[in-house]
Amino acid sequence: MSETLRRKKLKRREFIKGAAGLLSMAAFGCRSDTIDSLLQKNLRLMTKPELKETLARLERQYRAKYDTNIKVYSTPPKESTLFGYGLDLSKCIGCRRCVYACVHENNQSRGSGDRRHNMPIHWIRVLEMDKSRGIDFLEANPYYDHNEVPRKGHFYMPIQCQQCENPPCVKVCPVKATWKELDGIVVVDYNWCIGCRYCMIACPYGARHFNWTEPYLPHGQINTNTHLLGNRPRYQGTVEKCTFCIQRVRLGRYPACVEICPVGARKFGNILDPASEIRYLMENKRVFVLKEELNTAPKFYYFYGT
Amino acid sequence: MPPREKQIYQMLLTSTKSLLWMALLAVLVSTAVLSCNGNESPAINEGDPLHRANPLIPPTELGLPPTPTAVQKDDLHFPVPPPPFSEDIYPCSNCHEEIVTNPQRRILTDAHEEIIFTHDEQNRWCLDCHNPEDRDKLRLASGQVIGFEESYRLCGQCHGPKYRDWKAGVHGKRTGMWNGKKEYLLCAHCHNPHSPRFRPLAPEPSPERPEAIR
Repeated sequence: MSETLRRKKLKRREFIKGAAGLLSMAAFGCRSDTIDSLLQKNLRLMTKPELKETLARLERQYRAKYDTNIKVYSTPPKESTLFGYGLDLSKCIGCRRCVYACVHENNQSRGSGDRRHNMPIHWIRVLEMDKSRGIDFLEANPYYDHNEVPRKGHFYMPIQCQQCENPPCVKVCPVKATWKELDGIVVVDYNWCIGCRYCMIACPYGARHFNWTEPYLPHGQINTNTHLLGNRPRYQGTVEKCTFCIQRVRLGRYPACVEICPVGARKFGNILDPASEIRYLMENKRVFVLKEELNTAPKFYYFYGT
Repeated sequence: MPPREKQIYQMLLTSTKSLLWMALLAVLVSTAVLSCNGNESPAINEGDPLHRANPLIPPTELGLPPTPTAVQKDDLHFPVPPPPFSEDIYPCSNCHEEIVTNPQRRILTDAHEEIIFTHDEQNRWCLDCHNPEDRDKLRLASGQVIGFEESYRLCGQCHGPKYRDWKAGVHGKRTGMWNGKKEYLLCAHCHNPHSPRFRPLAPEPSPERPEAIR
């Protein structure tokens, strides 16, 4: 046998020995965070103790990764609640305050200037449209950059996840990593997502966004109050989307975009509560949903407050 | 043994050994996985996992405050922050106590010249809303005197549908809890009562164009 062949054999043998040793150590140790994340179940299949352990592990892992104490909550949906959102097209001036309030509240990847390593993600996209043309997506401009808004003869239409009652994105997910919660919020299990991006193709609103790179979250700019299905830091290769600020609304608070809007164009509430703001506008204002003909049944209602 | 056979024998030996190692490895991993997950009952027993109630932990178990209950709304009084007075201007009586009220409709020249009045200026002037008797108050068309913190009633005299929507929470911004305590803003927090039209704003930066991301 030639000398090189023998060396190769030895190498393989050593490799197998080493791998077996490592794996058995990890497996018998049983509490390694890395092994646990590899074996993590789909969030919907977890028992309560498993979920509690997962939350604690995620917090440990985030602390190691971001050097920040990030709390991960798993607040459940409230009884008899179905969230609805109203956006007053007669008021929106296109100032994009909501876009950045959302970025900061929900820990979206920021822009650092170095495009190879990161890409900024915005869950809200504000379209500028010509009043004479009406709603025309082909002619709409999301990249407007004027000194002052609103521009004469134009109106503005922010688009984010429409939280469909019949969400096509959920239907296409091959691994069931995304689903609609009982309060109507469509969520993503970032640990279960395989990054196939079928959901992004299925969504007719362009509401889902992909982490092509590791998200860039500068130290000190992370919102440390996070929800397991919402604004906790995401991973490279996963899809993310608006969750109506699940970490806020499940505690009864308004979403961040509602609270920042300087013209009060954004409304939020429980569709099942007849006394809520959202019900008032659905019953009293001229309301429409985007791409009604697709039968996605969005719970995001555009209306004219005038 | 001839060298050729010896070589084949050695090769056989090494391959058998590596197979044995692999089998051992598989056994180790499978027992480890079972010991990690076997002690908890799988959730699948609790019914169809896709349709049963969400198993996430309630907030009280995680030390979060309980959900507040909805507050009753009174038709005339709304929780608002203090009115947005210009600096050092309130109470108005500080100056006006010593000034005799001139009920003559005119353009002001001695004070308040900075106020640009473009709010139905053809038909209205200061004392249509400001109370001539007590300058720290406002006055409705009915003669009823109200405080500045209730100024929405004054605006609502003309802007009925807006007032109705504002009371329902649909005109104007709300902050706080969607199902509980919320803070309303006075009309004057967003609209300057003397020239109510919104001024244009500088927009925040536009998103990246796809071609800029490489």
